[in-house]
Amino acid sequence: MTTKLLTALLLGTSILGSAGMAYAQDVTLNIESWRGDDLAIWKDKLIPAFEAKNPGIKVVFAPSAPTEYDAAMGAKLAAGSAGDLITCRPFDKSLELFKKGNLADISTLPGMENFSDVAKAAWQTDDGKSSFCVPMASVIHGFIYNKDAFDQLGIKVPTTNEEFYAALDKIKADGTYIPMAMGTKDLWEAATMGYQNIGPNYWKGEEGRTALIKGEQKLTDPQWVAPFAELAKWKPYLGDGFEAQTYPDSQNLFTLGRAAIYPAGSWEIGLFNTQAQFKMGAFPPPVQKAGDTCYISDHTDIGMGLNAASKNADAAKTFLTWVASPDFATIYANALPGFFSLNKTPVKMEDPLAQEFVSWRDKCKSTIRSTYQILGRGTPNLENETWVESANVINGTDTPEAAAKKLQDGLDSWYKPAK
Amino acid sequence: MAAAPKRPFRWHIVVFLAPAVLVYSAIMILPLAGTLQLSLFRNIDQSQIFVGLANFRTLFGDPNWSVGFWNALRNNVWFFIIHMIVQNPIGVLLAALLSSPRLRFSAFYRTAIFVPTILSFVIVGFAWKLILSPLWGVAPNLMDLVGLKSLFTPWLGKEQYALTTLSLISVWQFVGIPMMLIYAALLSIPEEVIEAAECDGITGMSQFWKIKLPLILPSIGIISILTFVGNFNAFDLIYTAQGALAGPNYSTDILGTFLYRAFFGFQLQVGDPNMGAAIATMMFLIILGGVCVYLFLVQTRLRRYQF
Repeated sequence: MTTKLLTALLLGTSILGSAGMAYAQDVTLNIESWRGDDLAIWKDKLIPAFEAKNPGIKVVFAPSAPTEYDAAMGAKLAAGSAGDLITCRPFDKSLELFKKGNLADISTLPGMENFSDVAKAAWQTDDGKSSFCVPMASVIHGFIYNKDAFDQLGIKVPTTNEEFYAALDKIKADGTYIPMAMGTKDLWEAATMGYQNIGPNYWKGEEGRTALIKGEQKLTDPQWVAPFAELAKWKPYLGDGFEAQTYPDSQNLFTLGRAAIYPAGSWEIGLFNTQAQFKMGAFPPPVQKAGDTCYISDHTDIGMGLNAASKNADAAKTFLTWVASPDFATIYANALPGFFSLNKTPVKMEDPLAQEFVSWRDKCKSTIRSTYQILGRGTPNLENETWVESANVINGTDTPEAAAKKLQDGLDSWYKPAK
Repeated sequence: MAAAPKRPFRWHIVVFLAPAVLVYSAIMILPLAGTLQLSLFRNIDQSQIFVGLANFRTLFGDPNWSVGFWNALRNNVWFFIIHMIVQNPIGVLLAALLSSPRLRFSAFYRTAIFVPTILSFVIVGFAWKLILSPLWGVAPNLMDLVGLKSLFTPWLGKEQYALTTLSLISVWQFVGIPMMLIYAALLSIPEEVIEAAECDGITGMSQFWKIKLPLILPSIGIISILTFVGNFNAFDLIYTAQGALAGPNYSTDILGTFLYRAFFGFQLQVGDPNMGAAIATMMFLIILGGVCVYLFLVQTRLRRYQF
């Protein structure tokens, strides 16, 4: 019954949709995306805001399922039936589309100057000369903590490593809370919320990341092994049986108020706000010594590009320029707390937790995850191996040095940095 | 010789065989041939180039692949061994108990034990993940009730236990199949044979060992080969319980998950259908080899009894 109704509705909309296209003089732009969750935000907030300013251009947001997106996109682009605007995955998946000529070069698009080089890096050729997507949002790593628990135990928000472990020791000694909610069962938590979260402070963000790509640094160098050594120290602070604790387990432990600190990505903010019954705060990864420059992982996650075969390229470019503007950034970042605009102009956000996260951009230097650009290509895959080894280090089945050596050996087997 | 009257071609045989042959060819033989063919090619500059056995040389010669492959094969063998030494003896035992005429509610037990077999892997994987969860699972509490709390560890998260735990979960799910097959075999043993044995004074346990077991040996052989094929094709349980990376540290990686990662890729790892096909071909050869060994060495020696 429901499927019949749905089919009828879908049929109805398609007829109406095409009828609308046939009669209107306006240009209609179609956006391809995997973010079905954002449909309401696009329809109710973003598109009306754009259409109000640009009469004559209609925009339709047409998402498909995340798991099918890449395959469906490839087929549609090949058949010439893809939408005018294409939501870009970061790095190689979009780079491949650009190389095949499916995405247009938009390096000179008005508005691109609103973004920093780090922000643009996810959608550039390896030499950084051409850009092909407008950066839309990034996610920031840090630690979310239970403010009530910190107040109750009289703990100050830690800024240095020493304070961080002192706080963990205090929570552990008190015994009311599990010091840190993280598990190693799903592997990626250990790598993404662990290694990539605290790592930039050691390898100095972009400096280390680009040196690694150039081959000037190795994963076995002290600044790359140190984050593993820190992860190894986390083990006693994790909950009982963390080896079998999954990612949803960790989320629940924290939102139920049973754990005090949660190594986080900012995408958690939306969910945590609705689930947690206590006050929350956030702090950036602690630095080694007081006064050190802090670095944060501000990972570019989503962008938007122009279909090179689009018949409405001019209107599409107008839209992309708007996507690159502070107006878009304000609406988007407020509708999706935790997905931060990459625009240089600071965006005013309502959510206090999101504000806290984004404020680190001013005092810390941003970088992206070290294993994504260029290094995330080969076999064995550095990102996937980092998952496995980070979990091994926390589980205590590999030493930090052994883990780093395995990663470097795997990388050496296929990656020859340009000399 | 005088020309015998030519017999008309028996078209009806072709017609009756056609549906099965067509369907089987389309969904089994063609994909299999396609896989074998794919494993001999390699994608170079967006086009498929014939490279002979180069993919297999990479699979066995390049430590980045061979270490993973041998690890998966070793784990798979262990997975199979656990099934053979736990699932099948328990299946036989349950069947023997069920066929005992003095057992009451045998239909209920039979159904209850068989039910997990018809459950989806996804349900089984998630249910057991929750049961064994150190945070919310019932296992730690139940063990606490009988004073065995100290024996509880997060089994699915420990390298040394994870694979065995998953094998036992799979045994729990599939023990109904050997039980049913053996149960059917036991029921088909004629009363006269049993009565003759009783006249000769063979009763109870020795009746089972000396009369029934030899008569159900062919069924046990069939079950072993079904277990073998099923285990070396297994994938779903590991994937739902441990994810595609088959953690911790690849300790639960079996050929199915290894194939999945190679063929479809995972996260940033881009899929390589050609290497995937090479692994699939190896799986096919391993299973083919195992089945041949069974058919030619074991099956032919099993004695059959005509009643």
